[in-house]
Amino acid sequence: MTTTTGPNTTGLTRRTLLTSTAGLAVVGTLGAPAIVRAQSDVIRVGHLTPRTGFLGPLGEYAVMGVTLAVEEINAAGGVLGRKVELLAEDSVNPSTAATKAERMIEREKVAAILGEISSASGLSIAQVAGRNKTLFIQTGCNSDELRGKSCNRYMFHIEGSNTAYVKAVGQALLRDGMVKGKKWFGLTADYAFGHDLLRVTKKFAEDNGGSFVGSELVPTDASDFSPFILKIRQAKPDLVVSNLAGNQITNFIKQYNEYGLPFPIAGGGFDTAAAWGAGPDAFTGTWPCIWHHTVQSPSAQAFTQAFTKRWGKPPENQAWGDYLSAKVLAQAMAETKSTESDKIIAHLESQAKFDVLKGREGYFRNWDHQLIAEMYTITPKPKAEQKDKWDMLLLGTAVPGPNEDLETIQPTKQENACTFS
Amino acid sequence: MELLFILEQVLNGLVVSAYYLLIALGLSLIFSLGGVVNLAHGAFYALGAYFAIELEQRLGFGGAFVLSPLLVAAIGIVIERTMLRRFYRTDPIYSLLLTFGLAMVLEQAIRIIWGAAPLPFPMPGFIKGQVFVGDFIYSKYRLAMLAVAAAAVGGTWLLLNKTSFGRVVKAGVQNPDMVAVLGISLAPVMTAVVALGIGLAALAGVLLAPIAGVHPAMGTEIITAAFVVVVIGGLGSFWGVVIAAVLVGIVRGLAVYFMPPAAEASMYLLMLTVLLLRPRGLLGERIQRFE
Repeated sequence: MTTTTGPNTTGLTRRTLLTSTAGLAVVGTLGAPAIVRAQSDVIRVGHLTPRTGFLGPLGEYAVMGVTLAVEEINAAGGVLGRKVELLAEDSVNPSTAATKAERMIEREKVAAILGEISSASGLSIAQVAGRNKTLFIQTGCNSDELRGKSCNRYMFHIEGSNTAYVKAVGQALLRDGMVKGKKWFGLTADYAFGHDLLRVTKKFAEDNGGSFVGSELVPTDASDFSPFILKIRQAKPDLVVSNLAGNQITNFIKQYNEYGLPFPIAGGGFDTAAAWGAGPDAFTGTWPCIWHHTVQSPSAQAFTQAFTKRWGKPPENQAWGDYLSAKVLAQAMAETKSTESDKIIAHLESQAKFDVLKGREGYFRNWDHQLIAEMYTITPKPKAEQKDKWDMLLLGTAVPGPNEDLETIQPTKQENACTFS
Repeated sequence: MELLFILEQVLNGLVVSAYYLLIALGLSLIFSLGGVVNLAHGAFYALGAYFAIELEQRLGFGGAFVLSPLLVAAIGIVIERTMLRRFYRTDPIYSLLLTFGLAMVLEQAIRIIWGAAPLPFPMPGFIKGQVFVGDFIYSKYRLAMLAVAAAAVGGTWLLLNKTSFGRVVKAGVQNPDMVAVLGISLAPVMTAVVALGIGLAALAGVLLAPIAGVHPAMGTEIITAAFVVVVIGGLGSFWGVVIAAVLVGIVRGLAVYFMPPAAEASMYLLMLTVLLLRPRGLLGERIQRFE
């Protein structure tokens, strides 16, 4: 009775296998375009980003963004008369990311690597890129360390640093009188990104006369925030500051709304997907934002339209980052008439201007390779003004203001020194 | 004041207990009767939440609340009939592989259909708000959630202890061969138990959707905690699982108060302690087949 009969077992295994292979095949075609056979007349570009795990939702947008960019580039005739071939893969974790970057550079001979969201994986890709003298444009790593202590000649940053995010939202908080003499309560994601963000937030509060009455580290796998909300209620702060990440932001906003506490919220890190996940009924607070699909510049609107047409929903800010990385790379290759990393890096370091789908053009700062561009703040949009379910966020004016230097929200050399080895 | 605040945290922890319990009960039932460790249980919980999103837009919260667990239970029946059924008497490694694969297929299917980004689910308007008792605060929704979970658990207990169906289940757990000899077929009973267990997991998904993000990996996140509850409670014991879920919720509530970074680790420490003192779990029965 307990023996497994041959045909029975095989039948089932085959069926399970077929189901999962079918599933995998569909995922494959949706996410990564099939790798065509090696051709010398194409320019290969690697793309690594987390597609599973807690950063997976953002990674999905990243892949949609970069795929669209490459399709547009090829439809317009490619770069230097050659088609661009995208090799997109799941970076999984720092060690897998490094292995895949190594393979892409050595075996697939990619001209550059784009992507990544996790700062830890970004760092390990940068080390591989630096060793192999290959350009890496990162699109989602916020940690200051990547631009400072661990900066790398071969790594460029489209994503903003934690300091820039905090200074951007800080401008709005200063304007609303939420800093000087005010008591803040911090909730921080308990891993490298959160800790770095907390450090920057604390510095900002201290520099501007604010103080912390409480600060809690939240495990990344915690989905119930009610114990922390009760603690906030007991501490009675003037402002609740979120240094949370990804799904944590969604869960926290939802549950904060559930308990109806009167204290306003602000955040140091933010992705539009987190707000969309919380929904228009629950979303609250003042948050920094690197890009939003309602940015009113012609190129931003053209991108939003093309993206919505291609994928059936508007782009999230992570889609902007990865789309832009491919566009910047293609433009730099065209302008230098080269696919060599060193020539492209020299061009980027000359602080050449790029259309970054915002009001003003941006450039890469030569001493830390940070993309210097406008940022924004986000608050809930009144219900009556919302056009659709994606239109629930009110985009503030660009920071720095029109007459200010773009670098005012960026970390200074004293705050985050970088020396390229 | 301080003591009251601790009590507030402990009561708050009961909500966590409630949803762990809904998931763990089904896991425990399916394992006790079928010998199948259902690693896909978390995926059904996620499916419950996603179905609720679709149904809520068409039928409102009430419709989603009733229909989503039923639909997911129906899927459970199909899966029991076509797949699980073949593995009740085989080496557990086969059913582990099957349910592990099933969990991945379901999670990827969710990713393909609904996307990887978290989806919003509005809190039903009629139950929004808070209840105050003195300085005590409790969310109305969570109170209702506790009540629903208690009703579901109570109903399951009645079903298992006061009906002939329940007697067959209990006999089947202890000695399936004897049940067969007596001329009772366990197959339809097993189908019903799987549907019940999976339906309870889906109910937990529906209940949690208004307060936590609905995303494809939500099932993977909850499944480990549910297993811990089953292990602490002891296999085959209804009240063991209930007590374990309440314990885990309370310990977590206290840990968040005294040492937040250890909150998630606290339940594993609890499991370790319980297993050292009572290797069979709190109220674990001696089940002949699993010795």
